Amino acid sequence: MRGLDRRQLAGLAVLLVLACALPFLVANYRVFQITLVLAYAIALLGLNMLTGYNGQISLGHGAFYAIGAYTAAILMDKAGWPYWATIPVAGAVCFVAGFLFGLPALRLEGLYLALATFALGVAMPQILKHKSIEEWTGGVQGIVIVKPDAPAWTGLSQDQWLYFFCLAWVLLLFVLGWNLLRGRVGRAMVAIRDQPIAAQAMGVNTAMVKSLTFGVSALYTGIAGALGAIAVQFVAPDSFSFFLSITLLTGVVIGGLASISGAFFGAVFIQFIPNIADEISKAAPWAIYGIVLIAFMYTMPTGVAGFVRIARARLARRRGGSTVR
Amino acid sequence: MDQLLHQILAGLATGGIYASVALALVMIYQATHLVNFAQGEMAMFATYLAWALLQAGVPYWGAFAITVVSAFVLGVAIERIVIRPVENSPILAVVIVFIALLVIFNSIAGWIFTYTIKPFPSPFPAEPLFGNPYLSSHELGSMAITLVVLLLLFVFFRFTPLGLAMRAAAQNPVSSRLVGIRVGWMLALGWGLAAAIGAIAGMMVAPTVFLEPNMMGGVLLYAFAGALLGGIDSPGGAVLGGFIVGVLENVVGTYVGSELKLTLALVVIIGVLVVKPSGLFGKVHVVRV
Repeated sequence: MRGLDRRQLAGLAVLLVLACALPFLVANYRVFQITLVLAYAIALLGLNMLTGYNGQISLGHGAFYAIGAYTAAILMDKAGWPYWATIPVAGAVCFVAGFLFGLPALRLEGLYLALATFALGVAMPQILKHKSIEEWTGGVQGIVIVKPDAPAWTGLSQDQWLYFFCLAWVLLLFVLGWNLLRGRVGRAMVAIRDQPIAAQAMGVNTAMVKSLTFGVSALYTGIAGALGAIAVQFVAPDSFSFFLSITLLTGVVIGGLASISGAFFGAVFIQFIPNIADEISKAAPWAIYGIVLIAFMYTMPTGVAGFVRIARARLARRRGGSTVR
Repeated sequence: MDQLLHQILAGLATGGIYASVALALVMIYQATHLVNFAQGEMAMFATYLAWALLQAGVPYWGAFAITVVSAFVLGVAIERIVIRPVENSPILAVVIVFIALLVIFNSIAGWIFTYTIKPFPSPFPAEPLFGNPYLSSHELGSMAITLVVLLLLFVFFRFTPLGLAMRAAAQNPVSSRLVGIRVGWMLALGWGLAAAIGAIAGMMVAPTVFLEPNMMGGVLLYAFAGALLGGIDSPGGAVLGGFIVGVLENVVGTYVGSELKLTLALVVIIGVLVVKPSGLFGKVHVVRV
């Protein structure tokens, strides 16, 4: 991956200005929804690092989202921490959890890893409900969090403030992620995905890179979970069922495997499509998820981001061709 | 002691159901080296079919037979239509298609039959057989059916030309094609058989867990654990693994607490994969560099 040229930088700047103007243009409820889109985008980037770039399949990333969300909620509710201080802690806890889960997962490839993470995703709600940690987690009831107020000098509403808070995290994590993925580590990750033996022969520490990727991926997803929990103001075991993991996987596939911008397309999809589909039937969102997953695998395995990339390349070629002749 | 004995026997009964699903998983794994994440939901869907037939007044064993046959046809159709196009794709694509099938079956069942829990009848009498105090007749009956299915499968694979052709196709597709076996159809048959076994397991488990779209979630997880424990490429091992997991689940559930039952499956899966990835009876694979 190369750096950005001037046109791309200008495009990003325009997008950023638009993102800053957005919360003043739409209703508070929409701002809340878009805040969740941002949180999902972070989670999807995390899962994409693992699955798209490193080729390790995770069917249980909802578990890390849950751990991040619970860490933030417990720190705010039981320890009285301010909301902003909980985010890095949630990330750190998830990094450790992901790294530890990644260690045994090292021996597992493809299918087996999918199985192990599947089990993690299915078992997570039960673990959260267990009575030995009920004192902190609130058991089945979960924890209600107080929505943070905007600082007085900003004059923003709570939703708007939270939106900017999330946006700042998105900027930070995407810049870091982009640098990570186009650098030495990122190349090592892709090399392990495509040619594990060759990568090892070239001196890539496969075991370390794989478990670190697991850790970083969990860190991103955990931060997303914490941001999501603060935005929703509520955590409960059943909101982190196995289907959350499938939702995240769907988002990654639709956005585009091994693409950074894909995270946003995927996040918009998983936030808004269920709302629309819910009006047809309670089961409709899932039916649509399933059909879209299969359709994408058959026709657009690179997702929306890949489609945009191909379309742009075609356009550029056509334009370039016409100037030459 | 009496309680422990009871728990072990009850565990064997549920273990029989895990063993059937594990067997279905192993069938598909042997033929294609893939693990079907949608196996449980396919079984659940077949069970709803049986329920609908029963509601329409079909007698139990009639509904049973129709369901098994339709599950077989459904399994063949899925292999031919949905799995075939991604057969040679990277494993990620295939896993995603399986997950897609899982959510599609789950949501279609919810859509058609609603999410309310339905009771499902057992074909066996309510009072215990032979006056034994330990096992209900449903538990005994479902165990017997599991064993019959196993026996039939063994006979089919061991003594019929078609079974031999299926084994050959799974073991060495290229040579099998050269001697005139239609490998693609053998895979489809494998899927059909797996779906039929799953349907039987679904109908046997439904009276105990009640019928609802998510009923097979836990069962599938235990079946995974059982299949891995026994060795994912060994049918006999998978059955034994299923029984072991069933007993473990019941004993741990009684003495440690039933809230962590699914976590037990997670621990078994990770434990087996870390300590002995080939399982108790599986072949150790050596990768050629």
